[in-house]
Amino acid sequence: MRLLASVSGLALTGVAALTLTMTIPAAAEESLTVVSWGGAYQESQREAYMTPFAKETGTKITEEEYNGEIAKIRAMVEAGNVTWDAVDVDTQTALAACAEGILETIDYAKIGVDRSKIIGGDIFDCAVPSILYSTIFAYDTDKLNPGPTTINDLFDTQKFPGKRALQKGPFINLEWALIADGVPAADLYKVLNTPEGVDRAFAKLDTIKKDVVWWDAGAQTPQLLADGEVIMGSTWNGRIFNAVKKEGKHFQIVWDAQAPDYDLWAIPKGTPRLDLAYKFLAFSTRADNQANQTKYISYGPANTDASALIDPAVLADLPSAPANMKTALTVDAGFWADKGEELRERFNAWLAQ
Amino acid sequence: MTVAAVLTADGLPLKVKLRRVERARKIRATLLVLPLFLFIAVSFVAPIVVMLRNAVLDPKFSTIMPLTTEALEGWSGANLPDEAAFAALAADLKQAQTDKTTAFVGKRLNYDISGIRSKVIATGRKLEKLETGPYRDSLIAIDPIWGEVATWAAVERATHRVTSSYLLNAVDLEWNGAGDLVNTPVERAVYRAVFVRTMGIALSVTLITLVLGFPLAYLLAILPTRTANLLMILVLIPFWTSLLVRTTAWFVLLQDHGIVNDAIQFLHLSDHPLRLIFSRVGTIAAMTHIQLPFTLLPIYSVMKTISPSYVRAARSLGAGPYYAFWRIYFPQTVPGIAAGCLLTFILCLGYYITPALVGGPTDQMVSSLVALSINQENNWGKASALGAILLMATLVLYFVYNRLVGIEKMKLG
Repeated sequence: MRLLASVSGLALTGVAALTLTMTIPAAAEESLTVVSWGGAYQESQREAYMTPFAKETGTKITEEEYNGEIAKIRAMVEAGNVTWDAVDVDTQTALAACAEGILETIDYAKIGVDRSKIIGGDIFDCAVPSILYSTIFAYDTDKLNPGPTTINDLFDTQKFPGKRALQKGPFINLEWALIADGVPAADLYKVLNTPEGVDRAFAKLDTIKKDVVWWDAGAQTPQLLADGEVIMGSTWNGRIFNAVKKEGKHFQIVWDAQAPDYDLWAIPKGTPRLDLAYKFLAFSTRADNQANQTKYISYGPANTDASALIDPAVLADLPSAPANMKTALTVDAGFWADKGEELRERFNAWLAQ
Repeated sequence: MTVAAVLTADGLPLKVKLRRVERARKIRATLLVLPLFLFIAVSFVAPIVVMLRNAVLDPKFSTIMPLTTEALEGWSGANLPDEAAFAALAADLKQAQTDKTTAFVGKRLNYDISGIRSKVIATGRKLEKLETGPYRDSLIAIDPIWGEVATWAAVERATHRVTSSYLLNAVDLEWNGAGDLVNTPVERAVYRAVFVRTMGIALSVTLITLVLGFPLAYLLAILPTRTANLLMILVLIPFWTSLLVRTTAWFVLLQDHGIVNDAIQFLHLSDHPLRLIFSRVGTIAAMTHIQLPFTLLPIYSVMKTISPSYVRAARSLGAGPYYAFWRIYFPQTVPGIAAGCLLTFILCLGYYITPALVGGPTDQMVSSLVALSINQENNWGKASALGAILLMATLVLYFVYNRLVGIEKMKLG
């Protein structure tokens, strides 16, 4: 009995000592947490930004992934415990989060690039545009020949029976629904701004609802296309480019009604590693590094100086190529910053019904 | 007549010594239980209390809009409030613009009136340029929504520290402009359907695991120990494998060109792949697979304690094999069945990963709505309300179950 008591007492003290040592913070090596969207896109950023930056400055970079949830940044800043130092955000988040005051206002002096040289640099106060990407839809030429050519084909289950992959959210899906329903591109947001317009978009989505597989992460659509789970699916153009170039798939992008948009780097407010985060943003905005990223993924650089440094072979795959821009939509980031939350709620309710 | 007191070896009266020994035993027992009790209190009871509190407490709005809270205190609610209230609102919104909390105000009001968020933010921006009153007309000029009683009713409701909005919204009810309780519009009403769906899926999984688990438990209890132990390993190894690994394995199995569909095609049971993944079939199959040991093991434990002599006695008295089984053996296993089924049912109510991975959008259970509220909408109030309602529903079902089966009759072995 006494032996048992003494052994258990020793064990308890051992456990207590162990837990105490584990709470001592790690060695004071400079460390930065960079958050992006995962998959091929984050890989390209790793090659072009994170790894070279780590080598150049000796900083340890911890990467994390997310799917664009502004609520995560909000929760972090509100709790006062900001662990994310540099976050790759989309335009809605860049505007909405800035209005809420949860992102640092960017001091362009620390970025080292002239604000006027960055496409879209004057629109965003709390984020630095990094790349121009586009939401498109693609199909596998091995399985569909001839394949879809316009956005109406996405909604035409008679002509192309089978499953489609769409992003689990209203963003771009509502615009495409209205375009396929016959709304001219110029009136798109005027219609979408009205309750009848939103109802109309959801009604159009209802026509294909049972044929849709909903994706959260960019890597899902190329996987679903490869598995044959869907015959066509929406995603960001760089993910398809990666599947074609690196994995040898025969996917074809349909550029009709492509929705070009920016991705930006932002710093959540209150991060203790502010200077280091700025150094990373400055590194990532440099023209040579931005041009380097196009080698790994077909997204256009936001730094206009970088365009001259891009490999000409890559130019045709960028969303900004003239051939691809013919029927491109103009995404209204302000609309989504304002109405995004309620449309998302409506979409989630619609989805669960 | 006094009785001489009985003394113990050390001279104390027996009663005193007995009392002391009993008390020492009780203190020792309490101390042994104390760590576990503290652990449960901190890791289980405290979070539930916090969740229940978050479902009804909402002090942030009144903290950000203190003047408006005060101004609306005596408001009757019949007509628009007076100029003082408008002035208070304008002052609060201007302060919120400086503090960058306007977005929160908009978000909170948006819970009651869909679409008002952007208007509040726009009002805040325009108010920055407005220096002096009268504010009533200027506010209504900025956005006519401030001239509606419904808006002010929503503002007044938001200023309450204790609110029923979250709990009501979580069952598809809301306060309309006139102050009546109405159902939320169809395009936003999902919660009731999802609660019913969650109960339905949990019930189906419980029944299927019972039907599958009972014969297997009987087999394991009847077989000689060595064979039974070998078979038990086949039950326990999946049980010990990670939940995520098993769910992903189902994903691979149930794909359109996965093993199950290929087998179905091979056997010519169907000429095109069946929709197994992202469907109710896939969800229930994966959940049954994961929950089977939870139902099976309590039944097995109870069966192990049933002496075979009862059935033999029944047979020797002339009962047929089925009669002996149903009238003698089966009633003795009911405590184990009760325990296993209750365990599985309550666990199934809280399932998140499995429906998220192998289920379609119409298979999402309450847990995914909670996750959406937290991750996408950052609406902790609604998430807590959903959790609170699920907890209450579970407790109600537990008490009903107790009435029908009797908890004291439940055994785990």
